[in-house]
Amino acid sequence: MDNLVEIKGLTIEFPMRAGTLKAVNQADFSIPRGQITALVGESGSGKSTLASAVMRAVTSPGRIAAGTIRFDGEDILALSRKQLQAYKWERASMVFQAAQNALNPVVRIKDQIIETYRAHRSGASEKQIVDKARDLMDYVRLEPDRVLQAFPHELSGGMKQRVMIAFSLLLDPQLVILDEPTTALDVITQAYIFDILVKIHKEMDITMLLLTHDIGVVAKAADRVGVMYAGNIVEAGSVYDMFKRPKHPYTAKLMKAVPSLYDDLSERKAIPGSPPDLLRMPPGCPFAPRCEHAFDACRKASPSRVVWPGGHEASCHLHPDSQTVSIAEVRTS
Amino acid sequence: MSVRELELEREPLRRSRELARADGQQALMSLEGVSLYYERRRGMMAPAEQVGAVVDVDLDIYPGEIIALVGESGCGKTSLGSVLTGLAKPTSGRVLFQGADIAGLKGERYQDFRGGVQMVQQDSYAALNPMRTIYQSLSAPILQRKIVKGRKAARARVIELLETVGLTPPDRFLDKYPHQLSGGQRQRILMARAISLNPKVIVADEPVSMIDVSLRISILNLMAELNRKLDIAIVYITHDLATARYIAERGRMAVMYLGRVMELGGVDDVLSQPRHPYLQALLSAVPTPDPDIAKAMLELPLRSLEMPNAARPPAGCRFHPRCPHAIDLCSQEEPQLRPVGASEAACHLAEQTLAGWQERMAAIRASRDS
Repeated sequence: MDNLVEIKGLTIEFPMRAGTLKAVNQADFSIPRGQITALVGESGSGKSTLASAVMRAVTSPGRIAAGTIRFDGEDILALSRKQLQAYKWERASMVFQAAQNALNPVVRIKDQIIETYRAHRSGASEKQIVDKARDLMDYVRLEPDRVLQAFPHELSGGMKQRVMIAFSLLLDPQLVILDEPTTALDVITQAYIFDILVKIHKEMDITMLLLTHDIGVVAKAADRVGVMYAGNIVEAGSVYDMFKRPKHPYTAKLMKAVPSLYDDLSERKAIPGSPPDLLRMPPGCPFAPRCEHAFDACRKASPSRVVWPGGHEASCHLHPDSQTVSIAEVRTS
Repeated sequence: MSVRELELEREPLRRSRELARADGQQALMSLEGVSLYYERRRGMMAPAEQVGAVVDVDLDIYPGEIIALVGESGCGKTSLGSVLTGLAKPTSGRVLFQGADIAGLKGERYQDFRGGVQMVQQDSYAALNPMRTIYQSLSAPILQRKIVKGRKAARARVIELLETVGLTPPDRFLDKYPHQLSGGQRQRILMARAISLNPKVIVADEPVSMIDVSLRISILNLMAELNRKLDIAIVYITHDLATARYIAERGRMAVMYLGRVMELGGVDDVLSQPRHPYLQALLSAVPTPDPDIAKAMLELPLRSLEMPNAARPPAGCRFHPRCPHAIDLCSQEEPQLRPVGASEAACHLAEQTLAGWQERMAAIRASRDS
């Protein structure tokens, strides 16, 4: 499979007074080119931290302690300051959570767009930039005339979110990362924004990484899904494999924990217990204390990653390596 | 025991207003033509606008039932909750609690109402005093109301409350401060506080929207259990149709839009046979955790995304500018709630839109199965 982004052994640490917190722990994860990949996890699972590392935007005191991130084959952890400026927004852009608040409240949308564009490509004329901005506004189904002249407070939350999506596309990136793009929005606005995102993905051939805790949104939009738990990628695979044939008990339980409009409600069950304290991680598998299948090995050793054909992979002692092709084999293919 | 088993035990099931009326059961609370308008000024000299948060709502709440109030932000569901709990005084109309208008209640009868209708808030951190331990927060109201006498009895009662809401062993929680608990645990504390005064109704406003998805169901199960064991009616206010279906599967649902109730009926009936085009749009927008169904859902059946200004609602049906089915009549005459099958809907074209929806769903099912 052709991966735009390949993350290997990524560990991100936050030194705290009470000890070192591993927000991301030896994560292996890839983002296939031309697909929508979703990264699912509860709050504190480390999905935003992982994504910010792809943007080289891990906030202090966090630091990347180990691992590599390759973007189109290039090691982005080795980029110089100047190279980084060309990488951010032009090759990979991110719409942060509650991105509506990222707009400058006292500057018209049009002027914010021009400023951002010129910071990267200083030669562009105002007309060129505004024409481009108009196209993008059309794309996210906003009226260009009205919105470009507006101040942020004159727009609704859903409109501001669409402005931010347009912003993320301004410099024609290959990858757009969206962190909970619809969390604070109403369900109708949410559906509308996902329609727009899927359309942008298809028509502009943009690779997307979607961070969310909402399983329903994942089923609708994603091609590939990764699941994070307490800083670990516990499972990844195609959206159909993940929903129909989950391999990791956490994934299976997470799917069953979400009420839907159609299923038999008696099958819905909460996951007992709560996620572990990242400063006091249990030995072995992080999910073992909440897992009904846990046995001795789960409480002692971290499970290693097992890969099935089709790119479905999971880290769980229920699936010993012998059943599968070796990881090294898959990595080189 | 799952909610489903709990619910199955509960008889008689009160599927709709008609059924309950036929039982001859008296409503615990009734809203009669209740409207709540807020005044809004845009600038110092500008004339005040009247924003209708709740407009002419009739709603009965029966003892021991679960009723879900659903709608998007700004639809008036939280304002309606404030009217029910007595926190907001309706601009017009009456709110009856056990047959008496709450506006005229005094002394002991007023206290009965305040104790009888309790609230569970969305943000459990903001709803608890951060400087007080759990024991202090839970013992204050029962001592104040003289539900228990003396410290010793209060302590025993608080321990009992913690056990009821599943916080065991209770000793571990008594002397904790809110920040030392998880969101799910704090939400359970709010439930304990709400039931401590032996209420008849709990109004729960988005009680699970700030809780991790893996734990939401356990809080909903707890509410269903309190409903069954203590026979407390629950008004569940939410924007999330799926959790509303989960907790109120055998209860009722009222769908609100721009201050008005657009559809009202038994939850399974309303969700499987949505009569109002607004509810149909909402249902189409809800992402389903099944890739086959989720990816088959067509574009939203809506003409416009933007919600109209509540201060100047559209003439006629307030949904008509966004409605894909609207005809001339819809912009002229405001439809009232009327029986359509087993439920009620406020739509001139309810019969036709329902038939259209059923055709659409049949097509989706057929394409999925083929």
